[in-house]
Amino acid sequence: MKPVIVLDNITVQYRAPEEVIGTFKEYAIQLLRRNVRFREFRALDNVSLEVAEGEILGIIGRNGAGKSTLLKVISRVLVPTAGRVRLRGRISPLLELGAGFHPELTGRENIYLNGTLLGHSRRDVDARLSEIMEFAELDAFIDSPLRTYSSGMVARLGFSVSTTWQPEILILDEILSVGDEAFRLKCQQRMEKYRNQGTTTLLVTHDSNTVEKLCTRAAWLDHGQIKAIGPSSEVVNMYRQSQ
Amino acid sequence: MRTSLQAEQIQTIEPVEFTYDSQKRKSPALEELQDIIQYRDLIFQLVRRDIVARYKRSVLGIVWTMLQPLGMMIVLTAVFSQLFGRVEGYAAYLLSGLLAWTFFAQTTTAAIEQSVWGGALMRRIYIPHTAFSVASVGTGVVNLLISLIPLFAILLIVGRPITWAVLFIPIPIILLTAFALGVGLILSTLGVRFPDVLEMYRILIQAWMYLTPIMYPSDILPDAYRSLLLYFNPMYYLILMFRVPIYDGVLPSLPLSLIGTGIALVTLVIGWIYFSHQADKFAYAA
Repeated sequence: MKPVIVLDNITVQYRAPEEVIGTFKEYAIQLLRRNVRFREFRALDNVSLEVAEGEILGIIGRNGAGKSTLLKVISRVLVPTAGRVRLRGRISPLLELGAGFHPELTGRENIYLNGTLLGHSRRDVDARLSEIMEFAELDAFIDSPLRTYSSGMVARLGFSVSTTWQPEILILDEILSVGDEAFRLKCQQRMEKYRNQGTTTLLVTHDSNTVEKLCTRAAWLDHGQIKAIGPSSEVVNMYRQSQ
Repeated sequence: MRTSLQAEQIQTIEPVEFTYDSQKRKSPALEELQDIIQYRDLIFQLVRRDIVARYKRSVLGIVWTMLQPLGMMIVLTAVFSQLFGRVEGYAAYLLSGLLAWTFFAQTTTAAIEQSVWGGALMRRIYIPHTAFSVASVGTGVVNLLISLIPLFAILLIVGRPITWAVLFIPIPIILLTAFALGVGLILSTLGVRFPDVLEMYRILIQAWMYLTPIMYPSDILPDAYRSLLLYFNPMYYLILMFRVPIYDGVLPSLPLSLIGTGIALVTLVIGWIYFSHQADKFAYAA
């Protein structure tokens, strides 16, 4: 089994001012008075984790348990305060559908903008353009400005762009609930295809049923620590009993 | 039990090539440079977005980029040409300074705004942190190049000779770009944390403009603090380098060129290093 994600003793410590200091002026004044007290908050506490190729790991836990922080560390958005992250291959975070789109640009122009935001070159987008347009089912709307789209159309376009390239690591923050039944089915089929071809999936959700159904393994995060990790049914059971 | 398990893990890890290792990173500034080169197509798309989206719903489109400084120039010339009548071809003198200043003011402000906007996106996906500042400056360069057209029209109208010295123009444009990017990066670092930095900067830049010889010739400044106002103002040198080949039709002097180049490059390097060293902390600010 080839590991795709290896986390060694990851700690993420936020250092937030005790009072909320929103402006630079306030900050400067408080700093001069030596009045800024910081509160340390540990979002992740010494977390080690290994995920192998093709695995679907579910991550469960209450709000504030550190789930999104863990995802941020894995998607390279957040550099941990301590510990080591090693990753293999391309990570595709499912962008909150439509984030990074511009309303005045056409669907086609937005495909280029979003594709390059995800780190692809213009040529990469050129090569996949027809595939993206076809999957999004926008037909005649592709050259109309995005502001004329329905929210379902925006979501379809967003999903289509971010999943066209098969990633080595796919991050799903809450399961998809966009579009109509037919489109959702199409999305699920694409996910399954990638999974069969070796994509590692991380699924973060509150819904323990989904984890039990879809995931091979699950991790239970609590107060920034991994409380249990193992076969999803066992971990989900432990989690449920604790509620 | 635990030790044997770890030993087994190490064996499976070794042969794998990791593409990212948080402990094997180069210097932040170099890494950022490498990433931005890799993401160059994104920069192009962001610049394109800024320009296309701005004019999409207007009839005149890109012509606005040329009309804006022209309108400003006409108003200021009407007001000040009596006062500064001895400045030959005042409209050309004014416009050449105004274009360089507008470029600097607009791109630095946009860099802060864009970094704040992009910050939300950067908390979800990995994008090189300098991308939005670099794109803002890129948009500014395109606008500046477009507004050179009305500038040359004015030169012809007021009868200033256009000489070979205009071929020097790319150099001051590059230096202005470097300086604006350096300043924009430093301000963005603060702007991501504190929203009022943008407001404070807007006030500051207004005052800065009046302290820089754009609308008036530099010799009207009182002797007592003329040197103080000019020699410690980096924009004085950069605007002069831009203006001399256009308005005076000669190359800027060597000392001026050296000072201007030094200011621009040092600012860029400091801004780039400061920004990329702070960039890891941006995600913690949320």
